[in-house]
Amino acid sequence: MDLTAINPILLLASLMVAATPILLAAIGELVVERSGVLNLGVEGMMITGAVCGFIVAVNTGSPWLGFIGAAIGGAILSLVFGLLTQLLLSNQVATGLALTLFGLGLSALMGQGYIGIKAPSFPDWHIPLLGDIPVIGPIIFQHDPMVYVGLIIVGATWTFLKYARAGLILRAVGENHEAAHALGYHVIRVRLLAIMFGGACAGLGGAYLSLVRVPQWTEGMTAGAGWIALAIVVFASWRPGRLLIGAYLFGGVTVLQLNLQAAGVSVPVEYLSMSPYLATIAVLVIMRAGRAPGSLGQSFHASR
Amino acid sequence: MTMKTILAGATLALGMATGAFADGHQTKVGFVYVGPVGDGGWTYEHDQGRLAVEEHFGDAVETVFVESVPEGPDAERVMTQMALGGADLIFTTSFGYMDQTINIAAKFPDVKFEHATGYKQADNVSVYSARFYEGRAVQGHIAGHMTESNIIGYIASFPIPEVIRGINAAYIHAREVNPDVEFKIIWAYTWFDPAKEAEAATVLIEQGADVILQHTDSTAPQAAAQAAGNVVTFGQASDMAEFGPFPRVSSIIDNWAPYYIARTQAVIDGTWESTNTWDGIGPGMVGIGEITDAVPAEVKASAEAMVEALRTGEYHAFTGPINKQDGSAWLADGEVADDGTLAGMNFYVEGLTGDIPQ
Repeated sequence: MDLTAINPILLLASLMVAATPILLAAIGELVVERSGVLNLGVEGMMITGAVCGFIVAVNTGSPWLGFIGAAIGGAILSLVFGLLTQLLLSNQVATGLALTLFGLGLSALMGQGYIGIKAPSFPDWHIPLLGDIPVIGPIIFQHDPMVYVGLIIVGATWTFLKYARAGLILRAVGENHEAAHALGYHVIRVRLLAIMFGGACAGLGGAYLSLVRVPQWTEGMTAGAGWIALAIVVFASWRPGRLLIGAYLFGGVTVLQLNLQAAGVSVPVEYLSMSPYLATIAVLVIMRAGRAPGSLGQSFHASR
Repeated sequence: MTMKTILAGATLALGMATGAFADGHQTKVGFVYVGPVGDGGWTYEHDQGRLAVEEHFGDAVETVFVESVPEGPDAERVMTQMALGGADLIFTTSFGYMDQTINIAAKFPDVKFEHATGYKQADNVSVYSARFYEGRAVQGHIAGHMTESNIIGYIASFPIPEVIRGINAAYIHAREVNPDVEFKIIWAYTWFDPAKEAEAATVLIEQGADVILQHTDSTAPQAAAQAAGNVVTFGQASDMAEFGPFPRVSSIIDNWAPYYIARTQAVIDGTWESTNTWDGIGPGMVGIGEITDAVPAEVKASAEAMVEALRTGEYHAFTGPINKQDGSAWLADGEVADDGTLAGMNFYVEGLTGDIPQ
């Protein structure tokens, strides 16, 4: 055992990177669920975003365009879910699961010609002045730009939900869609926009894997990250601030268990791997399910 | 007679009927893959073997495959479906399909099964594997020479004999040329998870490793090493030549095609028997990818001499004196390991630190 081999600065820095894809996917899903829609297709939208982003980035040579392509790809796929559940009133759970399976297959098909190709590089930013601060600099201010984009999206979402009028409407639709409808708000439109935002964020999260973390395209590369994002939303009890903590917890455990192993610590990795899920269950028990948005998962039709 | 047994009987009869039907016409060969065919590693090479079978036999043989089949009860469903679909020969290409293959083989006595890297045989179940550890020995030799930090990172998959053999073979030959070498081992508990593999490689690099060996199937660790800039890697299962000449300096290539063709021929001829095949560099089941110029010429020459000695059988990758991790003697001077011990290897050799997870 040699714990000195673990450099805490590098550990915390890689924690921020490891948490970014699930953070992006989770913040999108949080907005979707706050509008009263349960979209279990996060995994499918992530992987579609991963392949769309990769294809665009390889063909244009620009990772930034790749991320934009990923967001559009994810949003288009989520729109399929939106049309089915909001206009055709299909069951949200079943449609979401189907969306995951569809996304996995679609991405494999789209990525056929892109296996083994390298993505254009996406260099880290070394933020001047801030990046030079000892300890804090390397941990927080020397990452690739998408880490900060993720944090900005979380901050913006928090502000939007808490202070903006539109955010209040979105929450009203999620808590009680009948009442929101009676007040004259367009429930379906709000929900479709939320679903598309969720798809775009999931796409960004997937593209972060294929363009920055791995960085290349392989089938099934999200490997369950979408499900972790769903767990984080519940863990965070639908609040953006706690979502950030949740994402760092899940990301941190992944990095920590690898570090402990490499340092030769004989903690059974199974315990570390299951710990975030145990925490999710514990949070659910303590917080009670009553915190969920009132209309979560229910179909809405104006005739009722 | 319950409904269940009636159904099972009917299923069995149907399986036999379709099996008999296929005999007169086309031979159908099924493949069960643990990852996607596009993984660029393990499953990719099995699929190359499948394509070689198609090319060799043309219309006489039809092949089917199912990819990304989880190692668990789901695999039984896939195998059952293949057998019911008229497959005459089914290759199950991952260690974790072992018990499932035995179970399904018992239900379909007329279908031949071939299980890769396992050790359970039956009348209609053969096992086959490659002596990857011979390639690992060559990797260890090069790695021991190439490392400057004397720390070699190893991304292991599951604690099974095949993986432990690889770690031991690599370590023995790295230490032989570099007594100060140290192995840091991460158990990823997956065969294929690019994000996790990239993460593991990054962690190893952060902890000082400048050579990464992998026993997982994706090319993600290669990309991580490339990003780090000064880290050496080796292709796993497939050549991964796109990452050459640096970081990827050599590779272990699995070549299943000759075996798959031979076994399919045996089924067509009716001469198929349950066998236990374990071939290495000699018969060509294990190939060593080109050693690039990033490796110094004398190291390349000694590595190639080692490949040649392994090919001819003049040298065995596990030749004594070798002690076990606890210091007890395993192989005396000049003694070579027997296949039985190798097949069930569950211990580290002397010098490796840490415990094998149980």
